[in-house]
Amino acid sequence: MAEVVIRDVDKVFRDIQAVSGLDLTIADGEFVVLLGPTGAGKTTTLRLVAGLEKPDAGTIRIGGRDVTRLDPASRDVAFVFQQYSLYPHLTVFENLAFPLRSPARRVPEDQIRRRVEDVAKLVRIHHKLENKSTKLSGGEMQRVAIGRALVRKPSIFLMDEPLSSLDAKLRGDLRLELKRIQTELGATVLYVTHDQIEAMTMADRIGILAEGRLVQVGTPRQIYTEPANLHVAARLGQPAINLLPVGLLPDGGAPAGARTVGARTEHLTIEKSTNGHFDGRVDWVEHLGDQNHLHVTLADRKLITLTDTDTPLRKGDPVTIRLRSPLFFDGEGNRIRGGVST
Amino acid sequence: MSAAAHSVIEPSAASKRVAGAIVILYAVITMIPLFWIIATSFKTPPDSIAYPPKVVFTPSIEGYCNLFTTRTRQTAEYIQSLPPATNFCDETTRKRNMVIAGPSNFLPRFINSLVIAFGSTFCAVLLGTLTAYGFSRFKVPLADDLLFFILSTRMMPPIAVAIPIYLMYRELGLSDTALGMILLYTAVNVSLAVWLLKGFIDEIPREYEEAAMIDGYSRLQAFRKVVLPQATTGIAATAIFCLIFAWNEYAFAALLTSGTAQTAPPFIPTIIGEGGQDWPAVAAGTTIFLVPILVFTILLRKQLLRGITFGAVRK
Repeated sequence: MAEVVIRDVDKVFRDIQAVSGLDLTIADGEFVVLLGPTGAGKTTTLRLVAGLEKPDAGTIRIGGRDVTRLDPASRDVAFVFQQYSLYPHLTVFENLAFPLRSPARRVPEDQIRRRVEDVAKLVRIHHKLENKSTKLSGGEMQRVAIGRALVRKPSIFLMDEPLSSLDAKLRGDLRLELKRIQTELGATVLYVTHDQIEAMTMADRIGILAEGRLVQVGTPRQIYTEPANLHVAARLGQPAINLLPVGLLPDGGAPAGARTVGARTEHLTIEKSTNGHFDGRVDWVEHLGDQNHLHVTLADRKLITLTDTDTPLRKGDPVTIRLRSPLFFDGEGNRIRGGVST
Repeated sequence: MSAAAHSVIEPSAASKRVAGAIVILYAVITMIPLFWIIATSFKTPPDSIAYPPKVVFTPSIEGYCNLFTTRTRQTAEYIQSLPPATNFCDETTRKRNMVIAGPSNFLPRFINSLVIAFGSTFCAVLLGTLTAYGFSRFKVPLADDLLFFILSTRMMPPIAVAIPIYLMYRELGLSDTALGMILLYTAVNVSLAVWLLKGFIDEIPREYEEAAMIDGYSRLQAFRKVVLPQATTGIAATAIFCLIFAWNEYAFAALLTSGTAQTAPPFIPTIIGEGGQDWPAVAAGTTIFLVPILVFTILLRKQLLRGITFGAVRK
């Protein structure tokens, strides 16, 4: 495992600036997740580190070695693709052994067998080693794909939405397994996803990408509680953060220059109005089973928050809404630090 | 509406029967010429030109004897003086007042066909695979124009380019050489091979090679280990198409080969017997001519079927 340093990297495809001025250091043994919408440059970043793309500017160093101009084969990285990850003409065993059988490596066959069996146990696929890789379920395929990356102890694992083609249950299981394996091995991982739950649960640090730029890097907690701007704030939280103009609700001390208030569930107190004065009306209570989404109409705006399943609120109820230490953003959309609490 | 369940997916028994009957009828119609050729090859020369045509006849391998031999007419006395005939061919030849003078040119012509057809197929598929891979995976400047240009070699009928090629080959000393024919058929087939194989290779996600390259393989190694095994159906299908073309090609062969490099197609119709065309021998030559392509196609049948539906059906 090794530290990976990306410095000032630019990449242009035709007329699209895929990545611009990217600076990111992934410490040895760290799990870094790049989060962003489609087209934000997440996959391009991974491919640049892997050597599948060459940057137009900037440098990439892996373990202190400048690899910017090196071929993928000489970089000692492992890549887990979103799909099409297994060679369909090979068995599970052959798939796992494939990186070790590379002409560049020449690992003795008995060592390959031992290593493959160890990794197969780690990713819990050892009972299917002789199966054709096309005869596996989606979850098994992705486990083999992860196993193929693990088999050769690379300096960094690059994972491009490895769980996104799986159903929700499997995604949850594999998320845990992946994190377990990473912790066990102390592996350095650069992981790309657009799934905020994957980012929040697995990452040591999250990097938020937008239009080829790294907007903010920080621990999941930091990214969630102290988003740098509206874009970052909108990426995390379920339901999404409610954005309201300052002054729509009594906030008792918006800092100077604040234009927008960002309010998540924990920033809102919503109670049924008892004295005739109210800020909005309940539009709809959405039952999700373990929790409810409360939709409230406030002037011409809508708020969506989480609420208990046993909420007394019903459709049409007038409610009072109070803000509790919400986030404030200025006219450019940047968050104003240290918002005053009410 | 009737209450009977009517499946949209499963055809009814009646429609299955009708479809089956149509398929059988079609198969019979297409196989009649084939059957006729094979039947004729086992007829005697008089039976082969009998009118009305004989459907029931006493089989004979005289046609095959005549195909592989040349014969000369001899006097009855000379034939009497020979030691007794040792095999069927000797016997039938002598009955017609002739003796076998030596082997005919059929075998060398047949071998020419094998060498030229398989040689050009190999070259066309090899070049086609590499070219198709290049077009599929790399940014080739003017790729569309180049692909169109490659295809344009097949747009003209052979006869339109026959004269220039004839003159060119005479200058280059390639006339009537196996090498010349292999080059020519390769040139014609490579366009087919590139177009067919490009489709197949486009279907193979490039992530496989990228994964292999990250796993420590060079591009060429990745091509060999990952792309080729997955392209086998496409390569097999392409090889069959190329082989069928090269095997059956008549116009160029008739024009450019006359002796040492002559292939079977221009040779077979020229088999002349006593007093006219030796139809059983021609039919025998045609029957034998069918065998290699039949064997090759049966061997690769599975790949061919999968190959033809490739692109339409995704796994």
